[in-house]
Amino acid sequence: MTGKLRRLLLARRGGASWHWTDVASYAYLALGVLLMFGPVLWLALSSFKTPAALLEFPPSLLPMAQSEVSVPGYPQPLPLFQVTMEDGSVRELAQVRRVGIVAQMVDPAAPGQTIRVPADRRTPVRHMALAVENYTDPLTQFDFLRFLRNSLVVTVVATIITLIINSMAAYALSVYEFRGKSVAMLGVIGTLMIPITIILAPVYLVVTKLGFVDSLWAVILPGAATPTGVFLLRQYMLTIPRDLIEAARMDKASEWRIYARIVMPLSMPALAVLAIFSVMWRWNEFLWPLAVLTKTEVHTLPIALNAFQGELQTQWHYLLAMTVVTLLPVALVFAFLQRFITSGIANTGMK
Amino acid sequence: MTDTMRTHGAPARGPSAAAAAVTTGSANALMRLTDPPMRAVQRLIGAARMPYIFLLPNLLFFGLFVFLPIGINIVFSVTGGTGLFPSERPYVGAEHYARLLDCGSYLEAGSCREDLFWRGVGNTLTFTVFQMVAMVLFSLITALVLNRPIRGRGFFRAVYFFPVLLSPVVVALIWKWILQRDGLLNAVLTTAGGEKILFFVDPGWAMFWAVFVSVWAHMGFYTLILLAGLQAIPRDVYEAAEMDGTRPWRVFHRITLPLLWPNLLVVLVLVLIRSVQVFDEVFVLTGGGPGTATMMVVQYIYTTAFANQVQNFGLAGAASVLLGAVLFVLTLIQLFLTRRRAS
Repeated sequence: MTGKLRRLLLARRGGASWHWTDVASYAYLALGVLLMFGPVLWLALSSFKTPAALLEFPPSLLPMAQSEVSVPGYPQPLPLFQVTMEDGSVRELAQVRRVGIVAQMVDPAAPGQTIRVPADRRTPVRHMALAVENYTDPLTQFDFLRFLRNSLVVTVVATIITLIINSMAAYALSVYEFRGKSVAMLGVIGTLMIPITIILAPVYLVVTKLGFVDSLWAVILPGAATPTGVFLLRQYMLTIPRDLIEAARMDKASEWRIYARIVMPLSMPALAVLAIFSVMWRWNEFLWPLAVLTKTEVHTLPIALNAFQGELQTQWHYLLAMTVVTLLPVALVFAFLQRFITSGIANTGMK
Repeated sequence: MTDTMRTHGAPARGPSAAAAAVTTGSANALMRLTDPPMRAVQRLIGAARMPYIFLLPNLLFFGLFVFLPIGINIVFSVTGGTGLFPSERPYVGAEHYARLLDCGSYLEAGSCREDLFWRGVGNTLTFTVFQMVAMVLFSLITALVLNRPIRGRGFFRAVYFFPVLLSPVVVALIWKWILQRDGLLNAVLTTAGGEKILFFVDPGWAMFWAVFVSVWAHMGFYTLILLAGLQAIPRDVYEAAEMDGTRPWRVFHRITLPLLWPNLLVVLVLVLIRSVQVFDEVFVLTGGGPGTATMMVVQYIYTTAFANQVQNFGLAGAASVLLGAVLFVLTLIQLFLTRRRAS
């Protein structure tokens, strides 16, 4: 049994023996797992801690809370401590109050008698406790659901628009020969060089003129046409056999019908990759929404999180929980579509 | 973001059939709705002109939200006042450019009239240099390790890659929580017998963590590009080298590096283009502080145009045009390199 396990763990591909470089490789990878996963795990664990537990230093690994016990004769539940008595025995006592260095304790089993012990003889009895209220409170206290909804609307609507208009342009640039095609191609390439970072103010002006300021359209529309999307789809559409399109023309299909019923279904894999990217871009977008969404009602999740971290400086428990909620959809998408995403990036070199 | 200019294969045809079946129903309805008008358009202008119709929406978006804004940006940069609309703005010529470039010595931000801009430039340069070295080094090492015959390669690749997909705000908050005064890292430091460090109060540490967090968040992306490059190197080249008894370092130096060089170059330029525009993570992580120690050029532009009491679109526009010129040159280099690699 152990021999088998040993073989399984130590076997190398190709059956060769171990070399120091293998050890170094696995050590590097183990360190990588710790460094890449650790912070996210720490965020998730911390998000379930009570505000009191978050203030602890050094922090405990798991979300812990001090146990409490109700003792007859006391209206409030009392905190539970482990006390080392003078004779060396250890008892579990509830604390009534603490005066200076002396704590007045009571045995929950015999509540009639108070026991006075030095404060440094007690250690709190703790149990694991998940502060779920970190997640539920923001739902009622802040407009958290609204931010979630805003982010969802932006992501879904923008992705649909992106898929439609980019695939139309890609279709035109891959299937047809026409006057001005190279100019159009150059125009699309040109937009690669103009990230939104350098045209913030003028796009703001355009959006204002169109009357979209402080509406979600202000975030949805400016990034809907993407050069990367056009190129990704065009590259794929170029591989669709021309005969298919010619045959459809023979059957008197309109150009629109060829696009919608032949080219689009055949481009599904490329469309899926673009859809995944678009969802990621939109869900995570920060600088432009930060500039254009000034009213709280239209904030998306990243903008709301950024605003909270300024306002809720002392309320890390809410902030951490909301960060986890923002992270979760991306983590799920990645868990299910990992292969799709990584091969898409490896093939196109875009992100 | 960029670099779609390669000519190699598009993504594999996978679950297209299933996905197509699901969408058939709604597609039929959409078709009935859209085909008649499009058919009418085609009859009107002829099939040969249909590509213009297909291009129209995208070009409209590009025109409205990219090309028109470039023009407006240039107008902003040569006009003054606080108005948003060009008609409300008096012409001031090159005043904003002169103000930005007015320096006693370009090596000393304090001697400049617009010292914040030059601090931003200096910080961005520092950030870019350190982040390029760290990013290329770590993604290269990771790609080399992942290219070895290791178990669970897919898992490890995913581990390095997943932060790429996280929102920059999430990334920054994760690390802010770890690096705060009573955070995990200081707990580890004090347990190991050290002193607590106030990472965001010390300018050097703040810049270090700005670089570190960016590398943490994005190295998976570059690792993937380099890994694809490594896997494209034919096996028999290595086998031949092994047969000749070539030493590993020499194999790396004489085979791997030259054959990977085109990919490495693309990664270098991509990292450069992104670093010059860095904003999100650093802004949420440090807020540009302490003081202005991690304030980048893009943050200067954003603050000047939107976050200051007086919105100075003219000054922000001039700074944008200067940044745009730098990016334009860098992107041309990138396009040239990807073209060359493809051919």
